Amino acid sequence: MTQAVMERRQVLTFLGVLAAAGFVVPQAAFANWDKTAFDAKTMDEALKALGAGAPANSGDVQVVASDIAENGAVVPVQAVSKLPNTERIAILVEKNPNMLAAAFDLGPDTIPEVTARIKMGQTSNVMVLVKADGKFYAASKEIKVTLGGCGG
Amino acid sequence: MDRVSVGMAAFLAVSAAAATAAYAQKDAAQEGIEAYREALQDGNPAELYEATGEELWKTPAGPKKASLEQCDLGLGPGVVKGAYARLPRHFKDTDRVQDLESRLLTCMETLQGKDPKPYVEAAFTAPPKEEMNALAAYISGQSKDDPIAVTPKHPKEQAMYELGKRMFYYQGGPYDFSCATCHGQEGTRIRLQDLPYIPGPKGAAAGWSSWPAYRVSAGQMWSMQWRLNDCFRQQRFPEPVYTSDATIALSMFMAANASGATMKTPGIKR
Amino acid sequence: MGNPMKIRASAKDGVTEIKILMSHEMETGQRKDANGTVIPAWFINEITAKLDGKTVMQAQWGPSISKNPYLAFKVKGGKAGDKVSVTWVDNKGDTRTDEAAVT
Repeated sequence: MTQAVMERRQVLTFLGVLAAAGFVVPQAAFANWDKTAFDAKTMDEALKALGAGAPANSGDVQVVASDIAENGAVVPVQAVSKLPNTERIAILVEKNPNMLAAAFDLGPDTIPEVTARIKMGQTSNVMVLVKADGKFYAASKEIKVTLGGCGG
Repeated sequence: MDRVSVGMAAFLAVSAAAATAAYAQKDAAQEGIEAYREALQDGNPAELYEATGEELWKTPAGPKKASLEQCDLGLGPGVVKGAYARLPRHFKDTDRVQDLESRLLTCMETLQGKDPKPYVEAAFTAPPKEEMNALAAYISGQSKDDPIAVTPKHPKEQAMYELGKRMFYYQGGPYDFSCATCHGQEGTRIRLQDLPYIPGPKGAAAGWSSWPAYRVSAGQMWSMQWRLNDCFRQQRFPEPVYTSDATIALSMFMAANASGATMKTPGIKR
Repeated sequence: MGNPMKIRASAKDGVTEIKILMSHEMETGQRKDANGTVIPAWFINEITAKLDGKTVMQAQWGPSISKNPYLAFKVKGGKAGDKVSVTWVDNKGDTRTDEAAVT
């Protein structure tokens, strides 16, 4: 047995042990990262990649966030849907280099209210996109990003 | 009324409306900032550093392979709960007034046999200081919601307070600056950030009770020493030596002025 | 493996609220270091959260999620003692799973 084969076998065994111990998640469970949607550089491309086309504006979708962010590195956003059978919620930032920040697939018992923190390069509209009963709905809110003073 | 004064009245009316609009806008901005800060409170990444700090505190290290668990932060060996709210204070064994970080260096040296020099000299983002920042997060977190209780009684504590006051008003450097230039008046701000009036109880509490803090701008955990060092940098003063008396004196000045207020550490800042 | 997450889960009135803090750089791939070299993107891109063994959330993230990410959501059902398990995977293939009990 050559050294390389031997090492490979050891590595495989090692991974096998980790997998058995529950440390390594089977690749199949995590193979769904939507590269096309995350790489999209225009809103149209991003929405198309998400299969949303031109989503209808809906009062049942809410972007809960402060009007101003003291720092663009961390902007808290709560994405809320009041629509029945909401299966997916996505957050998109119009003026970021890549629009799509996050997509959340919800289980049947998960309440469609998700809080996350996003980076914003500048003042921009933030869109919450919701897929409910197979249809897409959206709402947007402008969040201003300010420059800080000194220490705080 | 002649045409000129009608014109003037109209102009004044417009100016007044514009001024009111500007004022309303300012208030809206202030409200927005407050809503932003409120939203940050839920889920402070400082918790991640507290966990790291707790592990550092409890893990044997250094030539003596000892943990810091027997460190006396002022309330007896091993007592962490409430200790930070009572610092800086005079310690008999060193006969010095010490803040948290200088006290930690003492414990690292005496209990663990570590050389404090690399900790003093490292940049604030370098690994030795990351340990200090994490320890500060953990220990300050164990005083969260406790009242700040720092009253200079020992002559060395009183001397340290007076030195801190002098440091605060000491004006110099290429910009002819002092701490008081920014923090010596009520109701001032830089851009949208309020500047606390440090000589008063409210302003001192606003400052002292919220550091160490997680800075969202850079995603870093800042200890009070780091914060003070940055104040010196912003004044274009020479950088103070880590845990030097100048920094402890300023901390003593702030902590004593803030005494009675509630600790909110570790904080979260923009 | 990364540093441990902080997971808080509490059940009240038939709803379990789950709050997760993760320790991760979330490097965008758009920044440059002092030598002008681009710092490669390094970010958590997939997350799975389970309550009592049942998947309640699967998320996909891009690099514009903030450093040391925070995620909070609510699930109908759940009770004190139920197990919450969260797994993240980053774009370099690193992964970490942490667990907590509902209080």
